[in-house]
Amino acid sequence: MAESAASLEGVASHGPPAARASRRWETGGRLLRHRSFQIGLGLFLLVALAAVFVPMLSGVDPNKLSMRTRFEPPGSEFLFGTDNFGRSQLSRVVHGARLSLVIGSWVVILNAVFGTLLGALSGYFRRLDNPLMRLNDALMAFPAILLALGVTAVLGRSIPNVILALAIVYLPRTARIVRASVLVLRQTEFVQAAIAAGAGHWRILRRHILPNAMAPVIVQLSFLFAYAVLTEATLSFLGLGAEPPTPTWGNIMAEGRNYMREAPWIIAIPGGALAITVLALNLLGDGLRDVLDPRLKIQQ
Amino acid sequence: MLRVILHRIAGAVPVVLLVTLITFGLMRLIPGDVSAALGGVSSTPEQREQIRHNLGLDRPYYVQLVRWYADLARGDLGRSIFLGKGVTESTFERLPVSLSLSAYSLIITLLLGIVSGILAALRQNSWVDQAAMIFAMIGISLPNFWLGLMMIVLFSVHLGWLPTGGYVPFQEDFLGWLRTTTMPAISLALLQVGLLARITRSTMLEVLRQDYVRTARAKGLPNYLVVWKHALANALIPIVTVVGIIVSLLISGAVVTETVFSIPGVGQLLTSAILNRDYPMIQGGLLFVALLLVGINILVDIAYAWLDPRVRYDGG
Repeated sequence: MAESAASLEGVASHGPPAARASRRWETGGRLLRHRSFQIGLGLFLLVALAAVFVPMLSGVDPNKLSMRTRFEPPGSEFLFGTDNFGRSQLSRVVHGARLSLVIGSWVVILNAVFGTLLGALSGYFRRLDNPLMRLNDALMAFPAILLALGVTAVLGRSIPNVILALAIVYLPRTARIVRASVLVLRQTEFVQAAIAAGAGHWRILRRHILPNAMAPVIVQLSFLFAYAVLTEATLSFLGLGAEPPTPTWGNIMAEGRNYMREAPWIIAIPGGALAITVLALNLLGDGLRDVLDPRLKIQQ
Repeated sequence: MLRVILHRIAGAVPVVLLVTLITFGLMRLIPGDVSAALGGVSSTPEQREQIRHNLGLDRPYYVQLVRWYADLARGDLGRSIFLGKGVTESTFERLPVSLSLSAYSLIITLLLGIVSGILAALRQNSWVDQAAMIFAMIGISLPNFWLGLMMIVLFSVHLGWLPTGGYVPFQEDFLGWLRTTTMPAISLALLQVGLLARITRSTMLEVLRQDYVRTARAKGLPNYLVVWKHALANALIPIVTVVGIIVSLLISGAVVTETVFSIPGVGQLLTSAILNRDYPMIQGGLLFVALLLVGINILVDIAYAWLDPRVRYDGG
């Protein structure tokens, strides 16, 4: 029994290891030749590298006040200008980028783990499906930003709470996508064969279903990263993100609202950085979707 | 058709129950003491006890839950602490403002989104298609509040063409309403325009490949009839299903847009409730919006069944 289950493994993962590895290279190559993916990856790397290296290299404190240099427009001394406290906007914007990317990554990781788990349980075990999906529907009845606002209002404003709120808001959406794939895969012949061969539920899910259900999840997570970054900025713009003086793109823009006449760059630059990041992630998602999951291209 | 409607309404009952439970539970999850947050740090224990008593928080949870449902049944969502008025009353007072803004924005979304999606599909891979899709991509990537702020900087602060914010009811002064709502409506619409354009394009492309479109062309129908009557009528069906999502995004977006443009709508009411920790208002407002969306989704499903006989006869 165990032997027959093991020999089915090859069927589930489509061929011997060498063929699998070459297919992986092929997918990678197709991604790198995809136009949107190229642009998205380039822009994303630009933001990520700036977030990592600019604070290290410049060493300018984003919270250093200097009344002498208030409202300096972008120029050679201050690349992105200064704000009402004379703080370097370059430094504040790249610190904001760090925070955005860290929060976005955590939301994606939490969704990858718990969204997959909930979706797989719901799609695989019929009894769990109905209650879990009703709960999903109920959570999805709230508009994303409002639910995130409500949860952060309840938990209190802090970076971990923002991550938690965003993860909760997007979890039902991820779980639903995983569930849809699992429902289809459950009926396939190789899964039925694995069941017939006596493989356990856990083994079937882990070895046969989940590896084949990953493509739409990866696509979703890329878009999710974009939503998470955008919603985090919205929360902190509305005054519910990380507490100032910690710079976030949202709270820099909220402060800049009072100086739209004197210093429009205080709003323009972090918002532009946010737009570039979201654009990059959307382009990456489009590329991933076209290459990994061509079915979705037709549906969406 | 009636069966579809009843079926859909019955299906929404558990969701509505869960939504009410979630809103109830959310406000009981507040760490620490609500009364301390509301009364301020200087409040005495007696004052805090009074606040807890007024909100009914000194009773056991099951009593609170029963009272919550009893009040809901009467349409009573509690009293706002800061406004000193009923939550339902203050929400309904602000609702026309949000509705007029959302309707304006929805019209922009439908017009721009569907038209650019159709044009892109009809001229697939041409410069029209590429331009429309780049525009759509930018639309779904630009943060709407940033776009709003940049429009204020350009059109209000520098050019002085439009006011920076505020709201004039359209029944009082239509021109004034247009002047105050055009920038918010555009900044609010852009995300949905992008989404809708992309969806319209792909469904149109799919429909244009169908046999019945080829038949219509083969029997010599003029192109505009093929596109508008045969293709679009069928492409609209999947488009209707995303209207629910679009309205949900509109409501989400309006929360921020109303704050940016100081428009006294439901979104701004909720944001200020959240910032002021006006818990009854947050609880009631969240529930109100969620129930509104559940209702809209039911309507969307019914419209879907009405448009698509296949769904109707299968019983939805």
